[in-house]
Amino acid sequence: MAQNEILTMKGITKTFPGVKALSNVDFKLCKGDIHALMGENGAGKSTLIKVLTGIYPFDAGEITMDGRPMVNRSPQDAQNNGISTVYQEVNLCPNLTVAENLFIGREPRKLGMINWSEMNARSRKLLQSLDIEVTPTTLLDECSIAIQQMIAIARAVDMECKVLILDEPTSSLDEDEVEKLFVLMKKLKAKGVGIIFVTHFLEQVYEVCDKITVLRNGELVGEYDVENLPRVQLVAKMMGKDFDDLADIKSERIGSVKEGESVIEAKGISHHGTIKPFDMIFNKGEVVGLTGLLGSGRSEMVRSIYGADKADSGEIRVFGKKVKINTPLDAMKAGMAYLPEDRKKDGILADLSVRENIIIALQAKRGMFHPMKRKEMEDAATNFINLLQIKTASMETPIKSLSGGNQQKVILGRWLLTNPRFLILDEPTRGIDIGTKTEIQKLVLRLADEGKSIAFISSEVEEMLRTCSRMAVLRDGKKVGEIEGDDLTQEKIMETIAGGEKSNE
Amino acid sequence: MSNEKKKFNWKAVTQHHLFLPIVCLLVVLLVNVIKTPDFFVISMKGGVLYGYLVDVVNRASELVIVAIGMTLVTAASGGQDISVGAVMAVAASVCCQILSGGQVSTDTLMNSMALAIIAAIIVAGLCGAFNGFLVANLGIQPMVATLILYTAGRGIAQLVTKGQITYVRVDSFKVMGGYIGKCPIPTPIFFAIAAIILINIILKKTALGLYIESVGINGSASRLVGLNSTMIKFLTYVICGVLAGVAGIVASSRIYSADANNIGLNLEMDAILAVALGGNVLSGGKFSIMGSVIGAYTIQALTTTLYAMAVSADQLPVYKAIVVIIIVVIQSPVFRRNMEAWKQKRALRNKAMEGGH
Repeated sequence: MAQNEILTMKGITKTFPGVKALSNVDFKLCKGDIHALMGENGAGKSTLIKVLTGIYPFDAGEITMDGRPMVNRSPQDAQNNGISTVYQEVNLCPNLTVAENLFIGREPRKLGMINWSEMNARSRKLLQSLDIEVTPTTLLDECSIAIQQMIAIARAVDMECKVLILDEPTSSLDEDEVEKLFVLMKKLKAKGVGIIFVTHFLEQVYEVCDKITVLRNGELVGEYDVENLPRVQLVAKMMGKDFDDLADIKSERIGSVKEGESVIEAKGISHHGTIKPFDMIFNKGEVVGLTGLLGSGRSEMVRSIYGADKADSGEIRVFGKKVKINTPLDAMKAGMAYLPEDRKKDGILADLSVRENIIIALQAKRGMFHPMKRKEMEDAATNFINLLQIKTASMETPIKSLSGGNQQKVILGRWLLTNPRFLILDEPTRGIDIGTKTEIQKLVLRLADEGKSIAFISSEVEEMLRTCSRMAVLRDGKKVGEIEGDDLTQEKIMETIAGGEKSNE
Repeated sequence: MSNEKKKFNWKAVTQHHLFLPIVCLLVVLLVNVIKTPDFFVISMKGGVLYGYLVDVVNRASELVIVAIGMTLVTAASGGQDISVGAVMAVAASVCCQILSGGQVSTDTLMNSMALAIIAAIIVAGLCGAFNGFLVANLGIQPMVATLILYTAGRGIAQLVTKGQITYVRVDSFKVMGGYIGKCPIPTPIFFAIAAIILINIILKKTALGLYIESVGINGSASRLVGLNSTMIKFLTYVICGVLAGVAGIVASSRIYSADANNIGLNLEMDAILAVALGGNVLSGGKFSIMGSVIGAYTIQALTTTLYAMAVSADQLPVYKAIVVIIIVVIQSPVFRRNMEAWKQKRALRNKAMEGGH
């Protein structure tokens, strides 16, 4: 067994100013294993990966690969040692072609010049072997996030890595693509590649993984074989407490759904090229889900209401009164708030502090000539750090040094501070651990009970079923139906998403 | 207990964002003292303050004023305005031309000072607005957008002065680059201080500072929280233009003429350097006005030092470049990280040696 181990990490310790991110963590990876690395936000998964790949230096401990001690000072070092990483957020160059991205830094050369035809040919072959449907000469920017992710994996695969790290690769993929990715992972597994798989999706862990290592608060909880660890226990180990059933939160809610007055009424709103004209009503005290496949226009729908993409046609009524919305600021003044899908790109202001990130929306709403007093800002920040249990060293810590889930809570706090009447949540729980996910879901329901109107978008149908009382289904940039009451089941939703062929027959 | 507290404070001091800029300034000053022992000597000659230090602070005034504007532009748009030197020339020529009433040289003011100054500042503001429009509204890269006025600006100034150097030999005009009445402190210093105070008041009394940082860090996120990125970027260019105009008026008052070819020549590069020396990231985001101000004084101190060491004006840039390289390297994140790693290693080694004994 021991000779099977390709990678061993022993006693890894890493401290950041004010926070102990990892303390005495062990990790073993065997040849041909798919090994899940699990834990809540801030458990230290990402830090462990970054230590392994040389992004962070570690304070104590040792890493051995194939029995030899190894220290990676940079991701390039790690790559040379046979460790490739595909991150949650794709780290490729959007303005280069697919082929260029695949071979960047190791371009095939002829007489010192890049051999473009060979590069494109090899790219085509590689992409075909992995069933990725994209031409090598397309600009990466024009590919969907899912394809970009696959390309990042293809790049890693082509570099003959011995250890492949997948850091939340599935959070932006739809089911088909996840399936393809799993086929790919199994192929690599057969080749003897050790795969470290970081994910929040329990089902996926049980579908492909052999072993599970659980971290909590920067400490090792244990390493387990998948077959010996039932789901409930896994969740309990991650959370460090007995797990209060997720299914319970909906039952608290049943019966409290009431016919409220309409808060937002969209009529014939459209945005050229992304969303066709649609009508939509959001009532007081109601959580309305927007569902559909990736690219179906669910994000575009809320963006056009919020003014993030200015609507080309139609009108918005707020409490029955017609309101003109040209910019996000107009929408905010009408009482809307929008938590965007892409946290890194559209949400956080990375270098600014937690405090500034929380108050920025309210400050913008008040206007430049009414600056908030320092005391007011600090009170607001303290309030939301406590209320949402944001884990941060202080309110002056830059938001970029927080874990993903805590960043999301900060953004949520930012919008709650503006006291919106209509709250748009686009994938608020993506890339977030189960504990925080449940917290956010509960918060959503509580906000609805307080009389706010909420639009909720999520890729996980189960999550939507738990929180929403009505759902709009979108397909190819068009609203194709609304489901509510007893019809609100997984089957019915799938059927509507899949399309009307059934009823046409 | 008290010892520990002291240690903690020391760390807070070294991590302060102004720590390195101040250290750089002190090092340059130290070299000065060694080379010219009477560097810090300030005496009164003919009723005005006199000395190297006074000279440095006085000469740096235009650079300080321009560097403030450059800081804001850099923070908001992640690029630099390289037209500031040319805009200074434009403002100077407008100001002098109005004062001289169109003549090449004048001994009496043909128009009121206020009119000339206001007109010059408005023209400079328009230049800034033109840059701002290209960058913020049309999305052109700052360096390219401001290249237009960088090349055309001095030509425009020549057009205004009809290709001549306009002289305004009037004492009341010389005040801005000279001395107010019997005040022993050179007037440009007051302009620099006023600019610093004014901008700080604007940043303190409005949320503009926070807005500029937000827009510079993440334009698309800023838009979604309701900020008008375009307007904010535009505004920084207008402010930068206005400040360049003020600097231009001061510079022309010093030589009581509008020399379109020489006023503010290469000052844009010094201003960008001042911003960098101040610890500001040139790709935008968080900024420090005081950092840039310290950076500007550092550069001027350096220039004065080199002159004092009898380096000819032609060779000056070479020496300046060497010093700048050193300072910028010391401030670079990579260097800092390596220093940190080196320190850690040394500490570990020391510990190991202690253990061995």
